[in-house]
Amino acid sequence: MTKKFKRVIARLDVKGPNVVKGVQMEGLRVLGQPEEFAEYYYNQNADEIIFSDIVASLYGRNNLIDVVSKTAKNIFIPLIVGGGIRTLKDIYDLLRAGADKISLNSAAIKNPKFIQEAVKEFGSSTITISVEVNFLNNKYEIFYNNGREPANIDLNEWINECQDRGAGEILLSAIHKDGTGKGYDTNLIDQVKEIVYIPLIVQGGAGSIKDIEHVSNYEIDGIVLSSALHYTKILQDDNVYREGSLEGNKEFLKSKKNFLNFEKLNIEMIKKAVSNL
Amino acid sequence: MSPKCLILDYGMGNIKSIKAACEYSDIETIVSNKKKDINSSNALILPGVGSFKKAMENLTNLDLLEVIKDQALNNKPILGICLGMQLLFEESEEFGKTIGLGLVKGRVKKFDIKKINNNKIPHVGWSSIFKNKQKWEDTILAKIEENQKMYFVHSFYVEAQDESVISSKTNYGGFNFCSSVNKENLFATQFHPEKSGREGLKIFNEFSKVIKQN
Repeated sequence: MTKKFKRVIARLDVKGPNVVKGVQMEGLRVLGQPEEFAEYYYNQNADEIIFSDIVASLYGRNNLIDVVSKTAKNIFIPLIVGGGIRTLKDIYDLLRAGADKISLNSAAIKNPKFIQEAVKEFGSSTITISVEVNFLNNKYEIFYNNGREPANIDLNEWINECQDRGAGEILLSAIHKDGTGKGYDTNLIDQVKEIVYIPLIVQGGAGSIKDIEHVSNYEIDGIVLSSALHYTKILQDDNVYREGSLEGNKEFLKSKKNFLNFEKLNIEMIKKAVSNL
Repeated sequence: MSPKCLILDYGMGNIKSIKAACEYSDIETIVSNKKKDINSSNALILPGVGSFKKAMENLTNLDLLEVIKDQALNNKPILGICLGMQLLFEESEEFGKTIGLGLVKGRVKKFDIKKINNNKIPHVGWSSIFKNKQKWEDTILAKIEENQKMYFVHSFYVEAQDESVISSKTNYGGFNFCSSVNKENLFATQFHPEKSGREGLKIFNEFSKVIKQN
């Protein structure tokens, strides 16, 4: 049986002017410039790009308008934008800047009605709900504010609520796998796919082609990758580090080392692995 | 001189991406909802993301229904994208029955979960387009190979009354729906050519030729 087509999505976590990446959402390393990374993955035929402003919820605003605006001029694939989006106006502004889909997490958890308000205004397919899950004390727990605050709601109940309120897609992230390269949490995917009837894209843990082949046997609509792609890119690109152009913790980038658990992957290889091409 | 194409700004949709794709394809654009701009343009693009009902309400409030219909009847090239394609049809069943522009005969329907074999709604992602009755040489699909994947995001599809206007169909869960149409000067795609990578840009390039020849 041929596998269902799955989107291969590159995710860029953005903090200030930089693409960053941590492990389990902590210990952020500066990796480069968002526009440059986005263009690189577009040229590799990524199916979609996610920009996530990972400090936006903390500061109460999304700073990605300029990044989206610049990127949308040169990149002709869908852009999903998330992080700190709280009002219909925020969504409107990002869509005007060139975003195609909006991903909501904290705002939806704090006020679930916001999901249907957004869906009514912008259409179901524009609204993705980002569900960030950690595995703690032997059970799955939902978090918000970029993995900082526990939501104290049941995973299945929350997924159902998002669907009932009209969300167009679920982005399921496993915080405990994030940035580890140790493979996807397929138990989590199993649990969610039992109840999900809208598109499901999954994230967290891809480190090798084997991981990707394995997860592609699941009934999912797309896989989201960040570390696995970024680290390959950095190793291949001598110019990614430019003194002076990046702020923050650059030691990691300078050292070019320590990509534990990660094979060298690019989008073409991943596309082959997920779709029996 | 490159032709001037008006991207209709009626509050619905990803205008910026469409503008960028046009500029990439040597189409000079103006984003506006003013009648005089519409009248003086060489072509019109109807973008659209969102709900049919809201779109028709906005067009009605901006008093643009008649001017759009006039452009269509006066042979100006028009490109409808996604919701912009659906608006060209007579009516939609989204949020009850809503009347559309009625430039192409047929109606807009929600995917029937049974017909698409329990596949998910909305249909989001990359799907192939294949030929129906039309030859692609004379359409904006001229440079596209059959079965090329394009990017779709939609819960509704059009059911064209006259099969001959259908340029391509797409299979979703075993159900074939109309994924693009061409009727004289009217061109439209259910998918997003501005989001379908380099292949999508070829469609804008062909639309640019259509405008220049007009």
